[in-house]
Amino acid sequence: MRAVQFVNTLLLKEFVSTFFLAMRYFFAPKPTINYPFEKGHVSPRFRGEHALRRYPNGEERCIACKLCEAICPAQAITIEAGPRQNDGTRRTVRYDIDMVKCIYCGFCQEACPVDAIVEGPNFEFATETREELYFSKEKLLANGDRWEREIAANISADSPYR
Amino acid sequence: MDFILSALDYLLGIPILGWGTHVGFIYVALLLLVCLLVFTAFILLADRKIWAAVQIRRGPNVVGPFGLLQSFADLLKFAFKEVVIPAGADKILFIAAPLITATLALSAWAVVPVNEGWVIADLNVGILYILAISSLGVYGVIIGGWASNSKYPFLGSLRSAAQMVSYEVSIGLVIITVLLCVGSLNLSDIVRAQYEMGLAHMIGLPQLSFLNWFWLPLFPMFVVFYVSALAETNRPPFDLAEGESELVAGFMTEYSSTPYMLFMLGEYISILLMCAMTTILFLGGWASPIDLPPFTWIPGVIWFVLKLSLVFFMFAMAKAIVPRYRYDQLMRIGWKVFLPLSLVTVIVLAFILQLTGWGWHGGVA
Repeated sequence: MRAVQFVNTLLLKEFVSTFFLAMRYFFAPKPTINYPFEKGHVSPRFRGEHALRRYPNGEERCIACKLCEAICPAQAITIEAGPRQNDGTRRTVRYDIDMVKCIYCGFCQEACPVDAIVEGPNFEFATETREELYFSKEKLLANGDRWEREIAANISADSPYR
Repeated sequence: MDFILSALDYLLGIPILGWGTHVGFIYVALLLLVCLLVFTAFILLADRKIWAAVQIRRGPNVVGPFGLLQSFADLLKFAFKEVVIPAGADKILFIAAPLITATLALSAWAVVPVNEGWVIADLNVGILYILAISSLGVYGVIIGGWASNSKYPFLGSLRSAAQMVSYEVSIGLVIITVLLCVGSLNLSDIVRAQYEMGLAHMIGLPQLSFLNWFWLPLFPMFVVFYVSALAETNRPPFDLAEGESELVAGFMTEYSSTPYMLFMLGEYISILLMCAMTTILFLGGWASPIDLPPFTWIPGVIWFVLKLSLVFFMFAMAKAIVPRYRYDQLMRIGWKVFLPLSLVTVIVLAFILQLTGWGWHGGVA
């Protein structure tokens, strides 16, 4: 037994077998993603940056029902409602989300009866200051305009399951 | 070309050494220095790339194509950082230590033959010179650790000094086994001996010159030399001197910027030196592995670099696949395994050579 072990040690048996194992890994395809240049798959249910959507005719979806504000566990949403000037319909005067408070639970988009507030697929919205993370209604609507195509595709991809 | 060089030679030689002296060796030395430094830059990258590949990572790949310029970017970064000298440090020694390490590592290359006749100083005691220089390398480490006046560098330098001294002993004995076969201390003679004697000549197939080289008849010593070379250069798995979990970065902990870069440079150049020594002692130096036309067309220096890179690849693989040794295990291997093994081999080999008359008889000594 000791003689066998001695011979194995002398011939560096473990080192040689490990070497061949390592060479297998050496030529294995690398799973690393070249991040800023290539990005990983994002699920249609991904809960990223918030956006306020519009109807295809340009009308805001949000009717200021405040369900999202009520359900938000982090109390990150602040809404003020009022009649719109030109037609007197109920709309939001103010719709703020404090993205620092937000926990990205997705309850707001579950609560919304008109699919107005959604969490889009974007996760790259880091800012240099905290103030930039207090999203106003204009910012959220702009997000909605920018990401509408992806958001609509994600909602239709996920619709069979809900 | 020769004319221009010799003209330059005279013009440069006059202010340095006086009228009528040749300083041609300066160009050769500069050429070797530049080649060596550029090669080191790519070897550093290769080390990281190989390490990454074994761990299924990509390694540095942003600076230049495939990250080829990464080492040069690192160089710029090191050069532009501030040199921080701790308040309690001995300033002169603190600065001197990395200089000693880098200079000694570079100066050992003066006697390394990269091709037939391509050597700056063709010393007839080249091996002794290399042993002396690499022993002096310990000073850089121990001075750096002491001058930092901080506990981790001090412990790290003690560890690495003890380690380098212990493995120098077995390296010396391994070298003696090769010297017994060759009968000369000249590094070029050691390579020439591997042309003219060995197993390929014995079995009557002198074309298979890779069988001639000493790695085959002295295989156990080849392995001992490889492992000792890893330990001697403080490479993983023997990098206890800079075991980050316990000693931060060993004797380099307090160093930053250019001094740190000099330490790194010295370390990698001495690693390359050990690779070159392995190539010369055991892998036939600049000799082509098969002594037939397509292989003999390739110049010897390319074979030398290829062999050196192969040995370095094995160094890098050892770093990637072997876990770090404990300090007592390290000392046990050095003193209780390698030392007796190489000592017995020296004695047995001396007897065999004396009785059979085998050995190289073409040398001057």
